[in-house]
Amino acid sequence: MSASSSEMMTANVPKGVNWSYAFKEAFTTAVIALALLCLLLGVTTEGGQNILIFKPARLAFAVFLAFVVRFLVVVQKERKAARLEAERLDAVAGIQPKKRRNWFERAEPYLQPVLFFLMAFFPIVLVTTLGGQASTKWVDNYGIVIMIYIMLGWGLNIVVGLAGLLDLGYVAFYAIGSYTYALLAQYYGFSFWMALPVAGVMAALWGIMLGFPVLRLRGDYLAVVTLAFGEIIRSVAVNWKDFTGGSAGISAPKITFFGIPFNASDEGFAAKFGLEFLPIHRSIFLYYIIFGLAILTAVVTLKLKKLPIGRAWEALREDEIACKSLGLNTRNTKLTAFAIGAMFGGFAGAFFGARQGFLTPESFSFEESVLILATVVFGGMGSLVGVVLAAIVLNGGSELLREATFLEPYIGSDPNRYRLFVVGVGMVVMMLWKPRGLISTRTPTVFLNERKAVSGSLVKEGHG
Amino acid sequence: MEVFVQQLINGITLGSVYGLIAIGYTMVFGIIGMVNFAHGEVFMIGAVISLIIYVMVTTVIGVSAGAIFFALMMCLVIGILTTSILNWAIEKVAYRPLRGSFRLAPLISALGMSYALKNFVNIYQFERSSNKSVPSIITGNIPIMTSSDGFEVVLNDKNILIVLVTVVLLTIFWYLVQKTSLGRAQRACEQDRKMASLLGIDVDRTIAITFAIGAALAAVAGVLYLVYYSTVSYNDGTVPGIKAFTAAVLGGIGSLPGAVLGGLLIGIIEIMWSNYVSSDYKDVAVFAILIVVLIMMPQGILGKPEVEKV
Amino acid sequence: MSTADMMTSNAPLLQVENLTMRFGGLVAVNSLSFQAAKGDITALIGPNGAGKTTVFNCITGFYKPTEGRIGLRHGEADFETGLNAVTASDKASISTEKGSIYLLERLPDFRISKDARVARTFQNIRLFSGMTLVENLMVAQHNPLMVASNFTFGGLLGFSRYREAEKAAKEKASFWLNKVGLYDRADNPAGDLPYGDQRRLEIARAMCTDPVLLCLDEPAAGLNPRESLLLNGLLRSIRDDHGTSLLLIEHDMSVVMEVSDHIVVLDYGTKIADGTPKQIQTDPKVIAAYLGVDDEELEKVEAEVSA
Repeated sequence: MSASSSEMMTANVPKGVNWSYAFKEAFTTAVIALALLCLLLGVTTEGGQNILIFKPARLAFAVFLAFVVRFLVVVQKERKAARLEAERLDAVAGIQPKKRRNWFERAEPYLQPVLFFLMAFFPIVLVTTLGGQASTKWVDNYGIVIMIYIMLGWGLNIVVGLAGLLDLGYVAFYAIGSYTYALLAQYYGFSFWMALPVAGVMAALWGIMLGFPVLRLRGDYLAVVTLAFGEIIRSVAVNWKDFTGGSAGISAPKITFFGIPFNASDEGFAAKFGLEFLPIHRSIFLYYIIFGLAILTAVVTLKLKKLPIGRAWEALREDEIACKSLGLNTRNTKLTAFAIGAMFGGFAGAFFGARQGFLTPESFSFEESVLILATVVFGGMGSLVGVVLAAIVLNGGSELLREATFLEPYIGSDPNRYRLFVVGVGMVVMMLWKPRGLISTRTPTVFLNERKAVSGSLVKEGHG
Repeated sequence: MEVFVQQLINGITLGSVYGLIAIGYTMVFGIIGMVNFAHGEVFMIGAVISLIIYVMVTTVIGVSAGAIFFALMMCLVIGILTTSILNWAIEKVAYRPLRGSFRLAPLISALGMSYALKNFVNIYQFERSSNKSVPSIITGNIPIMTSSDGFEVVLNDKNILIVLVTVVLLTIFWYLVQKTSLGRAQRACEQDRKMASLLGIDVDRTIAITFAIGAALAAVAGVLYLVYYSTVSYNDGTVPGIKAFTAAVLGGIGSLPGAVLGGLLIGIIEIMWSNYVSSDYKDVAVFAILIVVLIMMPQGILGKPEVEKV
Repeated sequence: MSTADMMTSNAPLLQVENLTMRFGGLVAVNSLSFQAAKGDITALIGPNGAGKTTVFNCITGFYKPTEGRIGLRHGEADFETGLNAVTASDKASISTEKGSIYLLERLPDFRISKDARVARTFQNIRLFSGMTLVENLMVAQHNPLMVASNFTFGGLLGFSRYREAEKAAKEKASFWLNKVGLYDRADNPAGDLPYGDQRRLEIARAMCTDPVLLCLDEPAAGLNPRESLLLNGLLRSIRDDHGTSLLLIEHDMSVVMEVSDHIVVLDYGTKIADGTPKQIQTDPKVIAAYLGVDDEELEKVEAEVSA
């Protein structure tokens, strides 16, 4: 599937599709789907009395859907196999294949500037076209949310993408940043800007605290310990009611414009600057804060990549034993990766607190960690542009589902309920489509004569 | 003392359920080296299906002792069949195409699968409420000792049933992986998949069967879970799943007796902690133990130490 | 065999004493003692499974030996007294104005390269395959570059000190790429190189750490005769032009006999011979070990030779 990155034109004509085979495959799939779903979809129980309700229509629809999807997949596979076979015959006959780059490869060089401008001017463009009222939702639910995930993705990218250390509990640092801000504000009256660096430092310290014990672990063990760490942090936030407010949550002061609140009062931002009060002011301000923080993350990451520490991270991902033989202190290298990655998570967390104004442990579930990790992996490990694309697709896409209320009559319930289901299916499909992520090539950090991209198939994924 | 014995009984019961789920994790990890994060959801689906079957059967033929026995047998048979097919399908769709590819790809795929399954069940089975329950299925108990202040230690019939079913199943399962050609094929694939296939072992089939067996045990765990708690939620795959996985790691991932031992330990620790320390922090305790174990002995209690060749 | 009758042409650089390594019940290396002299190419040979790589892993810190002492000397410090002084202390090294003595088994793995300046290559090549050739050589210069970047802070702020250090590091990388004949491929990923080139790149990378002792684990494995010849030249040049002593494990006798100054032969974890290539070639024990003579016959052969 990943091989489809370049399409070829062949001289030998590819064989046609075996329709009866495709039909048989699809039929088998439909039978299996029926067996699997007859209880899960076809029947449900309701109420305390457990009244049985039979739902044959949705079962039939799902089975039909399984049939169609399998049919299309088989046809597509057959086509691809036939094309590859024709190419092979071409090669045997000595015909040079004409290489035609697909749209994505052609678009790649322009992605970085285009995405940057899109991110930088997103709210401005929206406000000028849609007006302040209508664009609030887009800036708030799409712009800021996606931007938070971009920043978290970039932060986690340092740990997973560069240093090759699997972290399934990244959300813990996000939570630590948020709670640091909320608690500092509550107990010591810190403002957002005062709390921001503290949140980063706190998260970094916890990153080191987590890093120390897991130094010797690798692979899935590392994933499990980080997962457990994330769950512990969340569980503490739930249970330490006196300190964190427990499941009921804790309030964090909302962001102000350097002391001027965004409200309709005479002391508010709009009144002070002689503007009509609109919620969009706050949204735009928030957007540019998170944009600035994200850009800071990106700039620092790019700089570090070219410094010995960044190169050591990547070397660690490639081969830890070779690193030791070259005199690299792998312990400190890992710890710095954990600490710096965690620090950016902490910054993002503090921002989240200031945006939400209210924190509950629910926001920091294991699912969030998974979503952030999926963003990094789908983007292509180590690629900053890839993370942006993945964040837009994953989070923007899932937010869009909230909007799809027009689907309600057809699917019989609120499409929002389907959101997480679709995200899960999306993750599977993404990995099947591009297991190495959208942008898998690696740009060297130093060159003697010319900078050439390194093919993703050579880049290792680390074992930690 | 009496309280302790009672809690021990409860811990062993809960631990049996964890152990059955943990075997699925450990077998899959042993053979293809990946954590099947969707396994907890397979367990949950096993429990949900059991509940539906139980309701169906008891609606039709009532709740006499015979009817309940019949209903539970149906739950076991149909639950095992459905989850086996499910796990087989998951492996074929989401993991097999990614085998031998980028290591993180199957991991993300598994996490996505877990997400999808959980929310699928939520959408179609838990539309109105977040859990479904049935009246207690098995209620009898046998008093085994009484303390001076009148605290009675009882062996619930359901505890007996759960432990008994677990022991019987584990025996069958043990025979399967130790004495049959399937078990030999599994161990060969664990050692070296390429070599195994060169020697004529159908690796794909062996792996698929491994997934199916793991799911079958998870389905049994699902039935027992329903018997124990009489209530099921779409969320019940996640935390028990993680705990069962912890059990697998604690026992030494890849080791089957380790998974059972780990399951029992986690079950007992969880119950004891809730009883003697604080039920609020029982999950923290389980995870903290996991971290400590991994740091002190990363290979787990019964696992083989991993030696890396330089 | 005591240290006294060990053959050394120059002052010793590395001294291995009674090195024993056990894995469970298996004795991989049994009370091995030998010296490698400064400015020498010392070869460690022996049949498969003789424990050569285990010795290497002990010297380079990947294994902690069960018993024994591995000393390394920088400069002209008095080896014996220095070694005894370090052993008595709980430190891993001492320095005098004449030089330093290191006890390698006490150093954590990465310090063996960083402080004791012992570099190594691997039998199954371990390059950073997704990084380019230059990047591989830059990683090898991590420690000096780290200092030059003020542990990242200076580098982050763009201090000129780091820029100059980076320039120098790149020059060193180009020098070594030229030396191993890979300059033209400097910006290609290491994983794309053919096998023989990967071996040479690994040697170049190890040399970028400025080692006093370079340990090569089967550098000629998988090379064709022409590449072997090139390798011989490279090894000699490393010894003669860069003052780095070499310790190598090798099966290819054309390389071993051609370049080594001193050979140590291992069989079943025990040293069976120690001497110049000439001495080794005629040693009946070595011949027996390689040709697989029975113990009884060995006695006969020994009797014949001594007669």
